[in-house]
Amino acid sequence: MTTILDEADAGHAPGNVRETVPEAVVVRFAGDSGDGMQLTGGQFTLSTALAGNDLATFPDFPAEIRAPQGTLFGVSAFQINFGSTEITTAGDAPDVLVAMNPAALKTNVGALKPGGLIIADSGEFSKRNLDKAKYAANPLEDGSLAKWTLLAFDISALTVEAVKPFGLGNKDALRCKNMWTLGLALWMFERDRAPLIAWLKGKFAKNPVLADANIAALNAGHAYGETAEIGGQIKKLHLEPVPAAPGLYRTVNGAEAVSLGLVAGAQLAGLPIFFGGYPITPASAILHHLAKLKEFGVTTFQAEDEIAAICSAIGASWAGQLGVTSSSGPGIALKGEGIGLAVMTELPLVIINSQRGGPSTGLPTKTEQSDLYQAVYGRNGDTPLPVVAARSPSDAFECAIEAVRLAVQFMTPVMLLTDGYIANAAEPWLVPDPAGFAPFPVSFLAVANGADGKVLPYKRDARGVRPWIKPGTPGLMHRIGGIEKAIDSGDLDYSADVHQAQTDARKAKIDGIAAHVPAQAVSSGNTSGKLVVVGWGSTFGPIHQAVRRARAKGVDVAHIHVRHIWPLPANLGELLGGYNHILVPEMNTGQFKTVLRDQFLVDARPLNKVSGQPFTIAEIEAAIATFFDSIPGNEGGEVPADDTQLPTTKAANT
Amino acid sequence: MNAITPIKPATTPKDWESDQEVRWCPGCGDYAILKAVQRVMPEIGADPAKTVFVSGIGCSSRFPYYMATYGFHTIHGRAPAFVTGIKLANPELDIWMVTGDGDGLSIGGNHSMHLLRRNLNCQIMLFNNEIYGLTKGQASPTSRIGTPSPSTPTGSVDRPASPCAFALGSGARFVARGYDTSKHLVSVLKAAHAHQGAAFIEIFQNCIVYNKDVFADFTEKAVADTHQLWLTEGAPMLFNKGTQGIALDAGQLTLKVVSVESGDWQAAGVIIHDVTNRSVAHMLVELPFGAFPMALGVIYDDPRPTYEAAVAASDAGARAGKSNNLAKLLAKGQTWNVGE
Repeated sequence: MTTILDEADAGHAPGNVRETVPEAVVVRFAGDSGDGMQLTGGQFTLSTALAGNDLATFPDFPAEIRAPQGTLFGVSAFQINFGSTEITTAGDAPDVLVAMNPAALKTNVGALKPGGLIIADSGEFSKRNLDKAKYAANPLEDGSLAKWTLLAFDISALTVEAVKPFGLGNKDALRCKNMWTLGLALWMFERDRAPLIAWLKGKFAKNPVLADANIAALNAGHAYGETAEIGGQIKKLHLEPVPAAPGLYRTVNGAEAVSLGLVAGAQLAGLPIFFGGYPITPASAILHHLAKLKEFGVTTFQAEDEIAAICSAIGASWAGQLGVTSSSGPGIALKGEGIGLAVMTELPLVIINSQRGGPSTGLPTKTEQSDLYQAVYGRNGDTPLPVVAARSPSDAFECAIEAVRLAVQFMTPVMLLTDGYIANAAEPWLVPDPAGFAPFPVSFLAVANGADGKVLPYKRDARGVRPWIKPGTPGLMHRIGGIEKAIDSGDLDYSADVHQAQTDARKAKIDGIAAHVPAQAVSSGNTSGKLVVVGWGSTFGPIHQAVRRARAKGVDVAHIHVRHIWPLPANLGELLGGYNHILVPEMNTGQFKTVLRDQFLVDARPLNKVSGQPFTIAEIEAAIATFFDSIPGNEGGEVPADDTQLPTTKAANT
Repeated sequence: MNAITPIKPATTPKDWESDQEVRWCPGCGDYAILKAVQRVMPEIGADPAKTVFVSGIGCSSRFPYYMATYGFHTIHGRAPAFVTGIKLANPELDIWMVTGDGDGLSIGGNHSMHLLRRNLNCQIMLFNNEIYGLTKGQASPTSRIGTPSPSTPTGSVDRPASPCAFALGSGARFVARGYDTSKHLVSVLKAAHAHQGAAFIEIFQNCIVYNKDVFADFTEKAVADTHQLWLTEGAPMLFNKGTQGIALDAGQLTLKVVSVESGDWQAAGVIIHDVTNRSVAHMLVELPFGAFPMALGVIYDDPRPTYEAAVAASDAGARAGKSNNLAKLLAKGQTWNVGE
């Protein structure tokens, strides 16, 4: 990747020497949490998608709703990586940083690529704001930003000037700053303003003055770039659209994709959805989405707590609906006893964990993958259940359908893992055609399944699955509960041999699911070789890019990305056996690595990061390189990591 | 008559007994409650296929296994949440929740509160024996101060909760009391069933192993007349064979016991029980026992729209005029086309 400065002149002006246009650009908008950075980023994302560039985003916002203005902990940032090639991560180091105040500059400038562009609102660099950001001197003036290209001008004053005709108060006028900035960004990347203007008109339909003011600010920012005022420091840049599969596209984030996948899965099963939820970051968005989809047979219930959320969903499942509950780690911990009951009563249930940094309250708005043990093992007793992990926002759609399928076909709770990054990040999505989905309709028991009209709720089929019996069905009255139960009849029975037999049956049923999930494929590279990088969840993007780059340099490395965390695909052990080395990057201290070691007795090596930020590509490239630099049998040779990309946080290869 | 009324097969109490062996201690008050409930079912014309018993954990929570209906023995304290999910998923089911003082007021107090305030249509039977039975006799949230138990060897020191006061405070629209061996329990349960909304019934239950005869002060035959105040809608609040009654102390804004001479309760100022009077209901559930008799029967009954009806109406409004076309949903929002 290159910076956009000087070397990229868009190639439009006649007579220019041939310019290098980068294949991708990373822009980070950072400001106060009240500055509207998420909204700015979201609209820039949309305009990027409309321009046909591939993209990935990473919203990074504080846990506080409105942290005190101007403080370091109140900074909200939105990063977008877009380009004319396939994009799978939000980008490592930004090329452009838009800093709306000193605190935003201070907390984000360290990540900026050397030579990168800083656009700063000098109007916000008052003594007071510098103090809040703990700057002794004004960084815009003291030369401390010399290794970057600095473009500082008074965006605040320019915005106020631009919206003057609309007679807004100073506070309201300054609120248009984000639109002014967005206008400048649209100019830089040659974007059409029309969709945004239409959006603003819709958003402020009830207050046309605000719509007009925001549009004026947007146009003023755009015009500012157009005029010569910026001099030679900043150039327009045009990134060609990505060659993409033809069809209809939209942007989607993980929370939307999960919600849509649940609705699709329920339709394929022929069931209404009952969603029991309790507000928790970053999972609440799923409750919000589903609450607006009632016409799809969805009932949403905001319960009094996490426990009631799952228990109500289990109740609804028993009553014949698709019970769903969702939370993040702390809430999943509270749901643990309920999950155990769903395993014991063998009822379908989808549990979504949008993982965040832990333990305890941890990092509510930051991403992590540290709930894998909790998903696979985190209950009392021998309590197995399938675990499915989404790799990206759009993949979360398919994973949600898969979770529904497993739940209803195997009468079991299923854990669907996403994370804060997937939940909030957006990416373009080729809208699927539901006609292509394979239905898996559910059938409820209608007549007694035992001799002499006896109801046998725990009579298992060949796959070990018990029938689903809806209360209300005449003649099938029966009782279930959390106490160990007799074979077939389900009557209370905690005798020794029965507990052994039922524990074995529950385990065999879940283990057997491995035969009913797709075989593990290799995402990139060969099916055997020197090194395989095994990932799961949202590390897909950086692993994919790092492996792609390493392979481009001739390194014998492959990438396997596991969706079915439990049970693991039947062929995975054999597949892993084909590689000399296994590297497992995870945003935790090595949980999947341990599972792989346990299940296959392989020497899986960890690459761990728990900074609340996703891996950078460079971090994974560097880890791949170590397998070819410093170990015996190193046929790959010296492979330095891309040193133009500076890791922002430490990734420890322990 | 043109309307065709389907004739329900009449059931007998025996039809409501499941094939499971009842495992309560011999002499436990739960047996009497089970019998009363099995008598109620035919009298209300219940359909076994549409009747559901849901419980948490504890001695009382074994109840569903003994009813020949659908039953769900769930986890400690959480029965209200299961009841809510079941009822929202299928409002046609007639749900009886069985809980105890520990299950319903300690570990599950939060859920009980929310079930009552939401006013989900169901019957909540709280078996109050003022002790943890299944875990072998620890003090419960309704144990009286000074209750000796394995966890409180020198007597409990925490103040007990009043289940009916808790229910009213949580917004319950039906509150009643009975006791295990009472001949009136059937009628109290029938009244609870007739109430549309969350109906809360506190049933004093004698734990003969860990808290024997703790309610004998008013349940024993010898003291029944003097220590039981059976409330009947529209009737004066009389007890002790009509020689005593409950009147309002207008100065103190409390209730008081008055003597009734020659049956002239009006002259004594005895008040008439109005099940819709919430203020009096609050006073009745808080009457200090000893100075007053134990208020029993239907204390409060003033229905409001049920939660499941409100959810159904709200969801119907949200669904009105909208299609469930998945393809259209997936293609919603700002989209763009990539050509061949």
